[in-house]
Amino acid sequence: MERTLNMVQAINDALRTEMRRDPRVVVLGEDVGKVGGVFRVTQGLYEEFGEDRVVDTPLSEGGIIGAAIGMALYGLVPVPEIQFADFIFPGYDQIVSELAKIRWRSGGEYAAKVVIRTPVGGGIRGGLYHSQSPESLFIHVAGLKVVCPSNPYDAKGLLLASIRDPDPVLFFEPKRVYRAAKGEVPEEDYVVELGRAKVVRAAQGAGKAVTVVAWGAMLYEALAAAEQVKKDKGIECDVIDLRTLWPVDVETITESVKKTGRLVVVHEAPRTCGFGAELVSLVCERALMHLEAPPVRVTGFDTPFPYALEMEYLPLAHRIAPEIVKTAEF
Amino acid sequence: MQERTNDGPPLTQPSGQIDHLAALYRQMFLIRRVEEESARAYALGKIGGFLHLYIGQEAVGVGAVAALRPDDYVITTYRDHGMALAKGMSARALMAELYGKATGCSKGLGGSMHLFDVEHNMLGGYGIVGGHIPLAAGVAFASKYRSDGRVTLCFFGEGAVSIGGFHEGLSLAALWKLPIVFVCENNEYAMGTPLSRTMSVEDVSMKALGYGIDRDRFFVDDVLEVEKRMAEAVSRARELSLPTLVEVRTYRFRGHSMSDPAKYRTPAELEDHKKRDPLTRARALLEQNGYGAERLAKLEAEVEAEVQDAVKFAEESPEPDPSLLAKTTYDGPFAA
Repeated sequence: MERTLNMVQAINDALRTEMRRDPRVVVLGEDVGKVGGVFRVTQGLYEEFGEDRVVDTPLSEGGIIGAAIGMALYGLVPVPEIQFADFIFPGYDQIVSELAKIRWRSGGEYAAKVVIRTPVGGGIRGGLYHSQSPESLFIHVAGLKVVCPSNPYDAKGLLLASIRDPDPVLFFEPKRVYRAAKGEVPEEDYVVELGRAKVVRAAQGAGKAVTVVAWGAMLYEALAAAEQVKKDKGIECDVIDLRTLWPVDVETITESVKKTGRLVVVHEAPRTCGFGAELVSLVCERALMHLEAPPVRVTGFDTPFPYALEMEYLPLAHRIAPEIVKTAEF
Repeated sequence: MQERTNDGPPLTQPSGQIDHLAALYRQMFLIRRVEEESARAYALGKIGGFLHLYIGQEAVGVGAVAALRPDDYVITTYRDHGMALAKGMSARALMAELYGKATGCSKGLGGSMHLFDVEHNMLGGYGIVGGHIPLAAGVAFASKYRSDGRVTLCFFGEGAVSIGGFHEGLSLAALWKLPIVFVCENNEYAMGTPLSRTMSVEDVSMKALGYGIDRDRFFVDDVLEVEKRMAEAVSRARELSLPTLVEVRTYRFRGHSMSDPAKYRTPAELEDHKKRDPLTRARALLEQNGYGAERLAKLEAEVEAEVQDAVKFAEESPEPDPSLLAKTTYDGPFAA
């Protein structure tokens, strides 16, 4: 049966589904139990599954992630929540030094099946401690998978796939659309396979076209920009929702770029060494001779995330559309 | 909750002390009114994001800063409005920062948790819980290194006590015998979770034992009592270059932030605490000790005017210029 849920409800539904199915799954984090999480993602889980499986922790990100790794080594399936992605750095050492490397350095004897859920990105005027998009800091660490859904259907299916994946996953939840993104979500158990992007808008006709790659909250901005350039200039876009950032579905992007010859990548994180740089490289390695214009990145700025000027800092449609036009008219 | 151990002393102050209490009351009242106005502006959408109010805890910041010299350092958490005002920041600079205006203390780019004032040695609010505690040790190290006689006051909540930064900061301060006072403002809730669910030992001051440093612990009812108790620790830092961990038991009357309705506690609990509001107590002491209704009314009218002026200033100030984003952090407008 289908129902309309928002992202918060869909993620809650995924956690509930998996906790009912698999008694090894435990949730831990700050305020996740009795309070139900600051964004209410874990609401009701404490009541249904009890304090042994929905564990309130102190403010201790290194402790939360370290303990989760230990749980995973001996057969549990922990899904820790870090209250904001900006708070993950006290636990970064555990993620980089231990979580990402356990399988490799134990020669496959041990795996750390941990899914770290955390809200990410700007758009709530949260300032620099509550707005960052640190995905490339994790993608760069070999051994981690990184996921960022844009809508409730994918959020449920990707989270279930992440929890069932044998390896560690960073599951970034775009908080700007936590409640704004609504959609049909089946009550049944289903997965959205990791590592598969989705073409959510396809270029029509034989005119000039541009491939636009985005994920999370910025997908909606990319779609709005695509609509605008079609209306204003008749430019068509393939808009690709990456969904899984790593391992990345480079084939889907390359296939599109081979048709359009043009690439625009959108992300909230600062430009330098952002994931856009990697995507451009990957495409150039595979489709350089197909390019009609230099690939473009529309990103945050190389500054900390500002409190004022947020709508300038974010790569919203008003910043994306002119770049699509420039690329098309290059 | 534990038994309260210090139901504050009556005010038997020598003459002159009444004016001192009036000055402290003025600061507390200013903080209360600035924050009430900021909550109103938040409800109107003029202030965005996160706003962590200090309402109920004013006596901690005001009493503690009263025990300092003006050139001493203060470093605190994201709940920093009260501390910034107590340390001397103008209500205008604070309110403009909350509004995200170019005239704010951090040019509008930081917001509520980023109140810096170099003139008053206010070293800012910090939003990553416990992250600033090792920094505070570094500040105190610098004072000791330069023999400048300054003391660093480092504030944090009881939620910070479980994170590594707290232990690393205390460890270094104890090892290096630094002139610092660590002040744990224990307001009983780490966001929405009561301390009984996050701490195995409720008495935070006991953490001092493991590091071999002095400790103190008391309930905050009276701003003068806060000043007196903090003065002992400040003196230990200044005269002997030794750190102290002070746990003050306090209570916030509002939620963790403006988006928190604080449903995790009962109305009765909140009302019980409001009956012991240190602000009300300070005002009553002034009345009882002959400060005079007229002077009190004048003081409060002055504060009111200052608050309204700050709001008007923030409303009318310009937004920061988008060109601030064009350059990188290091070759931009704030480059050295």
